[in-house]
Amino acid sequence: MAVKRASGRGATEIRPMAAKVGVIPNADGSAIFAFGDTVAIAAVYGPRQLHPQHMQDPSTGILRCNYDLLSFSVYDRKKPGPSRRSQEISKVTEWALSPVVDLEGFPNTVIDVQIYILQADAGTRTAGINAASLALAHAGIPMKNLVCSISVGKLDKDLVVDVDKSEEDFEGGEGPTDFPIAKIANTDEYTLLQLDGKIQPEVVKKILNLADKACEEIYEVQKKALKGVVQ
Amino acid sequence: MRNTINEAHEADVDYGVPEESSKKRKVVIPGEIIVSGEDYLPGEGAHREGENVVASRFGLAEELGKLIKVLPIFGAFIPRRGNVVIGRVTDITFHGWLLDIDAASGSFLPIEESPRFISKNDMEQYLAIGDVVAAKIWSIKSKGIDLTLKGKGLGKLEDGFIFRVIPSRVPRVIGREGSMIGLIKEKTGCNITVGQNGWIWINGDSIDAEIKARRAIEFVTDKVHIEGLTEKMEAWFEEN
Repeated sequence: MAVKRASGRGATEIRPMAAKVGVIPNADGSAIFAFGDTVAIAAVYGPRQLHPQHMQDPSTGILRCNYDLLSFSVYDRKKPGPSRRSQEISKVTEWALSPVVDLEGFPNTVIDVQIYILQADAGTRTAGINAASLALAHAGIPMKNLVCSISVGKLDKDLVVDVDKSEEDFEGGEGPTDFPIAKIANTDEYTLLQLDGKIQPEVVKKILNLADKACEEIYEVQKKALKGVVQ
Repeated sequence: MRNTINEAHEADVDYGVPEESSKKRKVVIPGEIIVSGEDYLPGEGAHREGENVVASRFGLAEELGKLIKVLPIFGAFIPRRGNVVIGRVTDITFHGWLLDIDAASGSFLPIEESPRFISKNDMEQYLAIGDVVAAKIWSIKSKGIDLTLKGKGLGKLEDGFIFRVIPSRVPRVIGREGSMIGLIKEKTGCNITVGQNGWIWINGDSIDAEIKARRAIEFVTDKVHIEGLTEKMEAWFEEN
């Protein structure tokens, strides 16, 4: 029984993905990642000196992420500057990425990750994490693995992978459900699990299975983008 | 004065220079298995996970016998002891100069580390704020980097111009035992100092020669993993 989606996609079909590495010449590492109309750009600077000094950690470097929607990325102009939402997403992005980076070789320093959403059509934090993971690798930061991220949603009782804006705002049945997930590629370690909406505990397992399959596809796109930068 | 400066980078050629003769280079991404086998030894940029040697960063994996290394191809400068770097004076203190060398920690050039005696009153005459110097990293401590000017080819860089390349490509610009940079110097007649932090200083007789040298260096840094670059460089000079 197939789910009807407004975009005509199958239930487990991800929007067309695009990834490119090395898009910002002045950054130490950079990448752009797109899920259909959701486009995220990430830049990595560092390791560099950390200010304010009291945040410095003599045992390891730290990761500092900043996520923001650009004002033209949504239909109603977004007021520029940090907001409650962007601060939350910056923090969860940091938590999603920090398990893979190994910064013990750079004490007292910071690695700054700037993530900006150029176009928003739902799933911006997941696109941002994918872009940031590529940018960190591109900057030559020691990492255990890449991080892949996808959001799985629920239209009434049907699970769909990679929700877009119209599906995120789905009304009716059990209401809209959005479940963003990030995991370390090729492992069973999840670094981000969030939930917006209602869900049954037994459905979560199914969602994780769907996310695992989607992450494999995302990993291939990321791998191709990184290898493609070396001609 | 002219030729005193241009040999500075050859002091540390043995560090991290990808040997052009080494085979089996491939691009790897973090977490990718490079080789399987108990008898391989993971070197810089690689680690062991059970049976496999796995890349811990993005770069070119290289097999040197049983040793597996991953050489970075992008990223910021990671200072090491003995590196010759080019820096700009940002401040003068009572004991020496503060320099910006594009590294994560601040760097300091003590007054005692200049090749001749300098009175504390004359520090500004010797190196003023904004001056550019080639210096060597003497020590790296948790609080910062100490530099020295004592050594062949180190000192203030006058005239010419400075530009930046990706620091991890510097070993390729220098080449094995300075072969690449020697070729560029010979063909363009310019004095060139390459800092390990990716700053390159060029000073030649004419602007045309300087621009040619810069374009030659950018030709090298654009090529990431092409074998026999020195021969390609010679061909490039034939064409241009």
